[in-house]
Amino acid sequence: MNTGEKTSIPNEVVAPQVEARAATNTILLCAGGACISSGEESCLTSLRATLEKYALQDVVKVVETGCMGMCDAGPLMILYPEGVFYQKLKPSDMELIVSEHLLKGRIVESKLFENPNTKVKITSAYDDHPFFTKQVKIATRNMGIIDPMSIEEYIAHDGYFSLQKVLQEMTPEQVIDTIKRSGLRGRGGAGFPTGLKWELARKVPGNEKYVLCNADEGDPGAFMDRSILEGDPHSVLEAMVIAGYAIGAQKGYIYIRAEYPLAIERLNEGIKQAKAYGLFGENIMGSGFSFDLEIRMGAGAFVCGEETALIESVEGKRGQPRVKPPFPAQKGVWNKPTLNNNVETYANIPTIILKGPEWFASIGTEKSKGTKVFCLAGKIKNTGLVEVPIGITLREIVYDIGGGIPNNKAFKAVQTGGPSGGCIPAQYLDMPIDYESLKTIGTMMGSGGMVFMDEDTCMVDVAKFFLEFSVDESCGKCTPCREGNRVMHEILERITSGEGEEGDIEKLETLGQSIIDSSLCGLGQSSPQPVLSTIRYFRDEYEAHIKEKRCPAKVCRPLIRYQIDESKCVGCTACAKVCPVSAISGEIKKPHTIDPEICTRCGSCIGVCRFGAISRVTPA
Amino acid sequence: MSTENCTECARHETLYHELDAFIEQNSHRPGVLIEVLHKAQSLFGFLPSEVQSFIAKRLDIPESTVFGVVTFYHYFTMKPRGQNQIKVCLGTACYVKGADKVLDRLKEELKVDIEEVTQDGRFSIHEVRCLGACSMAPVVLIGEKDFFGRVTPDEVPKILKKYRG
Repeated sequence: MNTGEKTSIPNEVVAPQVEARAATNTILLCAGGACISSGEESCLTSLRATLEKYALQDVVKVVETGCMGMCDAGPLMILYPEGVFYQKLKPSDMELIVSEHLLKGRIVESKLFENPNTKVKITSAYDDHPFFTKQVKIATRNMGIIDPMSIEEYIAHDGYFSLQKVLQEMTPEQVIDTIKRSGLRGRGGAGFPTGLKWELARKVPGNEKYVLCNADEGDPGAFMDRSILEGDPHSVLEAMVIAGYAIGAQKGYIYIRAEYPLAIERLNEGIKQAKAYGLFGENIMGSGFSFDLEIRMGAGAFVCGEETALIESVEGKRGQPRVKPPFPAQKGVWNKPTLNNNVETYANIPTIILKGPEWFASIGTEKSKGTKVFCLAGKIKNTGLVEVPIGITLREIVYDIGGGIPNNKAFKAVQTGGPSGGCIPAQYLDMPIDYESLKTIGTMMGSGGMVFMDEDTCMVDVAKFFLEFSVDESCGKCTPCREGNRVMHEILERITSGEGEEGDIEKLETLGQSIIDSSLCGLGQSSPQPVLSTIRYFRDEYEAHIKEKRCPAKVCRPLIRYQIDESKCVGCTACAKVCPVSAISGEIKKPHTIDPEICTRCGSCIGVCRFGAISRVTPA
Repeated sequence: MSTENCTECARHETLYHELDAFIEQNSHRPGVLIEVLHKAQSLFGFLPSEVQSFIAKRLDIPESTVFGVVTFYHYFTMKPRGQNQIKVCLGTACYVKGADKVLDRLKEELKVDIEEVTQDGRFSIHEVRCLGACSMAPVVLIGEKDFFGRVTPDEVPKILKKYRG
């Protein structure tokens, strides 16, 4: 019902939240995916029980937040009002934290972070640990700070005030102009200017338009969208309403992977809460503008991350890409004009509206404004989720934020952009990370997955892995991608089995280029990138496999052999016991030997040898 | 034997009934097929051709369309799965951290191959795409919620023990 009367966010919703946080002790427990799998739930149970034991359950507020980012050190906890940050918690630590910290005001030193450079214990890691101090949080501003299931907390942290500003003070054109001036570009990977996209969708005539959110995060190694949706669902919901207002759409869809049940649950809950406050649905804040959305679940097809395939899938069909043009802005969902953005892109919108485009544009580089969320995974010390200003160097990400490569190994490369991207080798450590620079060296920003590799990673094997992925996930509609990738994979299979031939590298290059030139959709056009990029930077590794039948990283099984150093082996028999195929023989207390004919190169023995007597050698 | 069959029939009837109610509630929404399939698979555990025919009839679309969608998406299966589905993540991060070795060990322990069900029906092994828990690589997911992070091949027997009862 539109009474014509405009309503605002009630102050009685906001104020108590802020006051409550300041007055009482609040414990924030990170309930991001990694912390949950390292035991957050049992810590929570233990914490609640301990609080009750000391009769503190009413004066200490416990909040489960979204991902705090430093997944490797989980489960994580922050205690307010002091802001003390504890890490690597176990249920048994709760007694100490409650009895020492809460009751006696003594910080539990053993659970603090340590400054990696000075080795001094840090009480407030957010302020003092390089993992956090180098970050600038915009899209992930509320993660690890608010309870994602509480709209009141979101509102208390400026949530829905952008929507209020948009609906009460701005015309759709002004909203679009703001986004354009901010310089925000699509965070899904390709980097198309967001404001321009919105403008195109607005200009197409029609009463029925759709706002779409691509939450089909399929790149292996990327989990930022999942973390945002689980940790701060309202930021995306608010942005989608703003987008609806800007382009003139009243309906939206969030297309999300079925593998993310928690995110789906939180989005549904978020929509319900927002509707209860009149911030969603009919006649939002009395403005006369209505917007509603549906959540559509994917069903495990990587290609559905491509926007036209995603649209097909939203319509309940096989997710095969459409031919462009027409672009989704002209003909998208149900052939109506459609605006499609990625989760992280949306999460930036409310802050841009609130703080202004100039503020946003002051962060980043000339052509790439703002921040980018990256997921650090693979061979890196501090795995986790970080948001950094675009233009930061790779070196800062690896060594300052990431803490370097574990076990004192050398940094070899980082894979960005998943199966559509390429690798960045060590010689580009000082290059700024932005859309343009990455393109010039043969990779792409991608959705933000960064998988680190050290000297023990075989680049040919990695390229084969990505290609296998693309072969498996090719939708089959166009021949270059369906058949071309398969042939490339066969060649790589031969190379890694020691049957590579002279000329194979050139074949891969020619074939890869034709797939790029002739595939229908963005995925096909980028699928050979991991191979081409590893050839570009690690051609010598390919050549070693082909010409010398040697795998320099000692990974490709047919090209390696395990051997026991007689001078180091004490004959403890540990290796012989663990060998699944009984390839190791020898008497107790005498050096053992491995029969290469029987050995399957599973590597079990190397893991159990306490004397470092077993090594891999190549060629076999 | 006959009583057993009857309980099975009764169970199936309830499942079909529930599916029917879901379709009834949602069929007015355009493009709802994938959601109906999700519901059906959560009820039946898999999507045999009888269930697909039922859905086709109820939504008034060709069976071939239903089959086409079922076979396009990895999530849908036409074969039954184990009570405990063991999903080994083969995303990049897990792969570089040795997920393939964990997978080998699982196959060895359970004596089944990928996508196969153990004789007692308790387990089936599946390769899955990135689960988005890369910081915990390598990751194994059992069922929908039980995450195991930083799994080594030697931990496999211990993990399985929990589900063997």
